[in-house]
Amino acid sequence: MINVTIDNKQIQVEEGTTILKAARKAGIHIPTLCYFELAGMKFENKPGGCRVCVVEVEGRRNLAPACATDCMEGMVVHTHTNRVINARRTVVELILSDHPADCLVCPKSGQCELQSLAQYLGIREIPFKGEQSHYRQDMSPSIIRDVDKCVMCRRCENMCNNIQTVGALSAINRGFSAVVAPAFEQDLVDSPCVMCGQCVQVCPVGALSEVDDTRRVMAAINNPKKTVIVQTAPATRVALGEEFGMPAGTIVTGQMAAALRRLGFDYVFDTDFAADLTIMEEGTELLGRISKFMAGDKSVRLPILTSCCPGWVNFFEHNFPDMLDVPSTAKSPQQMFGAIAKSYWAEKMGINREDLVVVSIMPCLAKKYECKREEFSVNGNPDVDYVLSTRELARLIKQFNLNLKDMPSEDYDNPLGESTGAAVIFGATGGVIEAATRTAYEVFTGKKLDKVDFTELRGMEGIRDAWVDFNGTPIHIGIAHGLANARALLEKVREGKEQFHAIEVMACPGGCVGGAGQPYHHGNSEIIKKRTEAIYREDLGKPIRKSHENLSIQKLYQEYLGEPCGHKSHELLHTHYFDKSKHVEISE
Amino acid sequence: MAVIKLSESKVNFVKEVCKSFNNDGGEVINVLHKVQGEFGYLPAEIQELVAKELNIPVSRVYGIVSFYSFFTMTPKGEHPISVCLGTACYVRGAEKVLDELKRQLGINVGEVTPDGKFSLTCLRCVGACGLAPVIEVGEKVYGRVTPDHVKDIIAEYR
Repeated sequence: MINVTIDNKQIQVEEGTTILKAARKAGIHIPTLCYFELAGMKFENKPGGCRVCVVEVEGRRNLAPACATDCMEGMVVHTHTNRVINARRTVVELILSDHPADCLVCPKSGQCELQSLAQYLGIREIPFKGEQSHYRQDMSPSIIRDVDKCVMCRRCENMCNNIQTVGALSAINRGFSAVVAPAFEQDLVDSPCVMCGQCVQVCPVGALSEVDDTRRVMAAINNPKKTVIVQTAPATRVALGEEFGMPAGTIVTGQMAAALRRLGFDYVFDTDFAADLTIMEEGTELLGRISKFMAGDKSVRLPILTSCCPGWVNFFEHNFPDMLDVPSTAKSPQQMFGAIAKSYWAEKMGINREDLVVVSIMPCLAKKYECKREEFSVNGNPDVDYVLSTRELARLIKQFNLNLKDMPSEDYDNPLGESTGAAVIFGATGGVIEAATRTAYEVFTGKKLDKVDFTELRGMEGIRDAWVDFNGTPIHIGIAHGLANARALLEKVREGKEQFHAIEVMACPGGCVGGAGQPYHHGNSEIIKKRTEAIYREDLGKPIRKSHENLSIQKLYQEYLGEPCGHKSHELLHTHYFDKSKHVEISE
Repeated sequence: MAVIKLSESKVNFVKEVCKSFNNDGGEVINVLHKVQGEFGYLPAEIQELVAKELNIPVSRVYGIVSFYSFFTMTPKGEHPISVCLGTACYVRGAEKVLDELKRQLGINVGEVTPDGKFSLTCLRCVGACGLAPVIEVGEKVYGRVTPDHVKDIIAEYR
C-alpha cells in the first residue's frame, strides 16, 4: 500500500492505482471524457488522450492526466485548482471547436458526455474558431456513423478490438484528420462489423448511434389496412424502467404491455413465447446430436452452439467459416416469432401476410439487421418488419405523453404471449443454456427435475463451464459472453483442447441485459448486474418455469407444427449460415 | 464470401515476407515496409492479404498505412519525381518549382499522371542543400532547379 494526499485527504491505495481511481475511492470526482471502465468485464479505456481529467501534482511541472498516472508514495495531488479548471475548460473548448453544434437534433442529446462536460464547466461560448472535420456519413441496418462528432476517445475501437475482437474499427489517419473508421473508410456493412452495437453503447457522443425506426412503426400503426403486432424481448422488461427514472433492475413487464397497447399495437405478444419455442427446437436438436454421438456416430458435430444472438451469428460467419455446421440451425426467438406470427397466427386470424406488420422491441441493435436478412422473408415480405430498441420504445412512450410509472400492469395477448420462466432468462448470460438444460434433462431422462435452478450456469465470468449430470450421463456445458471470450472458447474447441456438448454464446457483455439497444449504462456495470438479478426474479415468479410445459407451445405443435425438428418446424423455424470471411483468389 | 483477387506472384511474395516475420502481427510495420518496397505502394487487396497472413484485422493494417506518411496507397509512376521542401530548398524557391511541375504534369502531390509515367511527391532534405532547390527523378538528382528547367527535365523522360 502507498500513501497519497488528494485534495488534503490522506488515502492509502495499492501500488499501481491511478490517481483517478484513488480519487474515486475517496469520493472525489474528477471529470473524464475518453476514460471508460466497465468494472468486472475487463474493459478499461484510458488512452490519456482527451486531457479532461488533468490534475496538479506537487513537484511536477505539467498537469498530469489522472486516468493514466499512477499514484506514488507521498504524492500530493490537487484536483480542482484554478489552473486545473482553466486547463479543463480550454481542453473542452478546443474539442467543441471541432464539434458540430447540433445538440438540438443529435441522437445522443441528453445522454452525451461532452454536452454534460460543457455544462459542468459552464462553457457559454466557444472562443476558438477553426477548421472543422468532415467525413462521409455511413449507415448500416443497425448503426449510424456520424464521425464529424468523433472526439477520438477510442472507446469504440477498444471495445470492437479487445472486448469483441471484431476488428471492424481502427483509428486511421493522423493529426487533425485522425478518426475512427473501418479499413479504407469503407461502409460498416462491407467491414467485418457484426452489428453488436457495443460501440454505440460506449460512444460518449453522437458519433455512433442506432438507426431510428420509430417513425416507420408509427406509420404502420396509423395505416388502417395493417394489423400491427408487437413482441417484447426478455431483457427489455428489466431495463425500460430506467428511462423513466426507476432504479436499475425494476421489472416493468405489465406496464410495458399496457404502454404498447396505448401506442396502438393491435396485439401485444411476447418474444418469450418464441424463446420457449426455441428451446423445444434447439433442445431437441441438442438431444438428437448427443444421442447419435453416444450411439457411435462420429459425423455428429458437437458441441452444439446456440444461435439466438445475431451478433454472434455474424461473428462466426465472419470468423469461423469452417465451423458453419456446428451451431444450432434453430432461428433466434425473434425470427421464430415472426415466422409463426405470419403463418400459424395469421392463418388462424384470417389475416394476409402482406397486411400483417410484426414489430419487435429488442435490447439489441443486431436484431435490426437480423430481420433484414433475406432468408427471413417470404416473397420479399419479411417475417419481422421493424425492430425498435428499448431506448426507441422509451422515446415513443414519452412522445405519447405516457409515463410508464402510471401504467397499470396488463397481460400479454394470447396465444403468442404465454411464456415460462425458462424463456425470460434468455436475457442474461447463461440463461439460454439453463433453459435448454431444464427441458433437455426432463426429455432425456424422463424424470421430473426436483430443482429447476442451475445456478452453476449463472454468473458474470466471461467464460464459464459446468458439468450437469443427466441421470448418470455427464453433460459438459460452456458459456461465453463478449465476443473475445467466445473466440477464445471456440478456438479451444477447434483445436480439440476442450470438449463440450453445448456452448451458449452472447455477443454483448452480460448477455442481452447489456445489449446495445438498452438504456445507456455509461460504464456502470452495477446496472447490468441489477438487470440480471431482475431477470432471475422474474423467472422465479413464473408459475411455469420449463419451456416444454408452456401450454400454448404444446398446442402449437399439436395444431400446426407436428413435432420439434419435424418437417414443418424445419421449414419455419430453422435456418442456415453463410461464409462471410474474405478469401484470396488468384487472378490472371 | 468476399473475394480478394491478386496475381499468384504477388500472393506468393506477400506470403513469403509474412513468413519471414513468423506471421507475427506485431511485425506488421516491417512487413508493410518490405511489401511496399517491392510493389511501390500498398493497394487495398495487398493490405487485406497482409492482415490475413498476420491474423490481424485489416482495419489495423489500414490504420497504420494511413498514419505513416511513408506508406502510400497510390501507385508510383514509372519516373517518381520528388521535390525537396526542406528549409534550404524552400527559401530558394522550391515551391515555385513544385507549382510548375504540378502545372506541366497536370497532377497534384501524391498523384500519378494518367499515362502512369510520372508521380509527384515532396520530401524534406536529401542532404544536398548546397544545390538547393533540389528535385529527384527516380535516382537522379537535379540541383539549382528553376521553374524554367522543369519542361526540359520532364522531356528527358517522355
